[in-house]
Amino acid sequence: MIDMANIPSTPPNPADQPRNDKRFRRRHFFERYPLFVMMAALMLFTLILVAVLAPLLAPYDYTAIDLRARLQAPVWMEGGSWNHLLGSDNLGRDVLSRLIYSIRLSLLVAFIGTIIGAVLGTALGFLAAHFRGWVDDIVMVAVDFQASLPFFIIALTLLAFFGNSMMLFIVLMGIYGWERYARITRGLTLSAITHGYAVSMRTLGATPGRVYLRHVLPNISSTLIVNMTLNFPATIIMETSLSFLGIGIQPPMTSLGNMLGFGRDYLTTAWWITVFPGITIFLATLSMSILGDWVRDRLDPTLK
Amino acid sequence: MPTRYIIQKLLRALLTIWIIVTFVFIVLRLSGDSALMIFGPDVDAEAIKTLREDWGLNKPIWQQYLFYIEKVFHGDLGKSYLDGRAAFDVVMERIPKTLSLMGVTAIVTFLIGIPAGIYSALHHNTKTDRMTMTMSVMGLSIPNFFLGVLLILLFSVAWQILPSAGSETGWHYVMPVITMATAEASVFARFTRSAMLEVLNKPYIRTALAKGVPWKNVVREHALPNAAIPTVTIAGFFVGSLIVGGVVTENVFAWPGVGRLLVNAVANRDLAVVQVAVLLIAFSMVATNLLVDFAYGWLDPRVRDLRGEST
Repeated sequence: MIDMANIPSTPPNPADQPRNDKRFRRRHFFERYPLFVMMAALMLFTLILVAVLAPLLAPYDYTAIDLRARLQAPVWMEGGSWNHLLGSDNLGRDVLSRLIYSIRLSLLVAFIGTIIGAVLGTALGFLAAHFRGWVDDIVMVAVDFQASLPFFIIALTLLAFFGNSMMLFIVLMGIYGWERYARITRGLTLSAITHGYAVSMRTLGATPGRVYLRHVLPNISSTLIVNMTLNFPATIIMETSLSFLGIGIQPPMTSLGNMLGFGRDYLTTAWWITVFPGITIFLATLSMSILGDWVRDRLDPTLK
Repeated sequence: MPTRYIIQKLLRALLTIWIIVTFVFIVLRLSGDSALMIFGPDVDAEAIKTLREDWGLNKPIWQQYLFYIEKVFHGDLGKSYLDGRAAFDVVMERIPKTLSLMGVTAIVTFLIGIPAGIYSALHHNTKTDRMTMTMSVMGLSIPNFFLGVLLILLFSVAWQILPSAGSETGWHYVMPVITMATAEASVFARFTRSAMLEVLNKPYIRTALAKGVPWKNVVREHALPNAAIPTVTIAGFFVGSLIVGGVVTENVFAWPGVGRLLVNAVANRDLAVVQVAVLLIAFSMVATNLLVDFAYGWLDPRVRDLRGEST
């Protein structure tokens, strides 16, 4: 039953195979970039494009109310019309326009959150590795604390005590996941600063900041990027879950999660309010995960 | 298991609990007048004054802190301003419903996730393996609230065969359990698969095969027990994600458990209830992680046979 698959297959060496015909090249291309990965990349690219071009693409203002066209079905169903391609909601607002603006806000929050988390975690990881001693202890206790409680619960608590505001919400999305960057950065830095290149830079008189940012960071960046690809879909799910429960993004702003949350009351009469944002979240997280898996396999074979 | 290992883990658990209680105390103080917070704005001045004295809010901050810790360990954490009863009781009476949902979900997760992962690993790189892993990525990517809503659309709205809200009969369990178990089973399948694959690559497997042990016995006696050890370590993570999944799922299906209570309390800023629920969740997480550490120490001979040496 031990099959040959466990033996790592070495990629064909181009020198041994001087074939250069079209078919070979095409096959080679798909081996490097599998179809799933291409589709995932295309999906993400489309979503980002929609987010950036939202004001141009949306046929209506996403808050525009039209009480005469309430709960209208999508265009291909009975009772649908070309006025509202994906139908309208309980206040007659255009579902397509709301969807476009929701994609914009959800992606924006996830991007900002991921970047804040990465910068914060990496910086603290460097500090812990540089100073060791009590700085290290404090950072590691904070890491353990955050890992000991699901972040969803921490976010709920803080939103309950301080009340909901966009600022706090974005900060929370930023704090989410910082501990993984900190742990990775600290561990990798501790081993990197004993390596020849870091030692010689220090001997040459480079400041610690320069050593960490110009020399250590590029060397550990692939692992950090892999972590970002894991963190991004998780942040989207975190944001949409909180918004779905009504304690995340608040109206009049619209996110994929709160669209779904409000549409839930109209499941029996107007499924389209909930299903379109739901599918969008699913596709966004799925394509990010597929792409992330692929990036991980390419950049960091140790992290399986 | 060496005593030192046990003491180390116990101290760590106590430290985490202390940090969590301190965190809640700090947040409570930072968020404003805690008397108002706990009682809500509708209570008359006399009651607030009594509470201030009761809770020692007119004392220096460090005394308040000690006082707070004492209250926490007596389970005396204020009243729910929504229904006026002790917050502790309000949360406690919701626990059975939440535990039963989590328990059924855990059983379903084990029954699906672990066999799927083992099967995948034993058929590494075949079509079934790839299909299982694709399904697992999809199961992880679909947000549980959307899955719940889709199930309601199909089973309750379109076909009308399952109830969409409540928890009275066994039928009420079907959709919430599917909603929660999908993501959990996906994680377990992935994790079990990679644990098995790693073990199957170990030299002792090759040795066992080389001396003529049949493949079935190699899997049953050498591979499975060794692959089970790392699986224990995700139990802590599993309980955490069951809690979070439960909070969302209970709200989708109007399940009368702690999760629904918690979200309701957050939305209405019923802080005494939020506080109790959060501390309860934190304590159960710490307890789980402690149990995981002990189980690990007991299962892994490398830890078990350390006698008094430092770990």
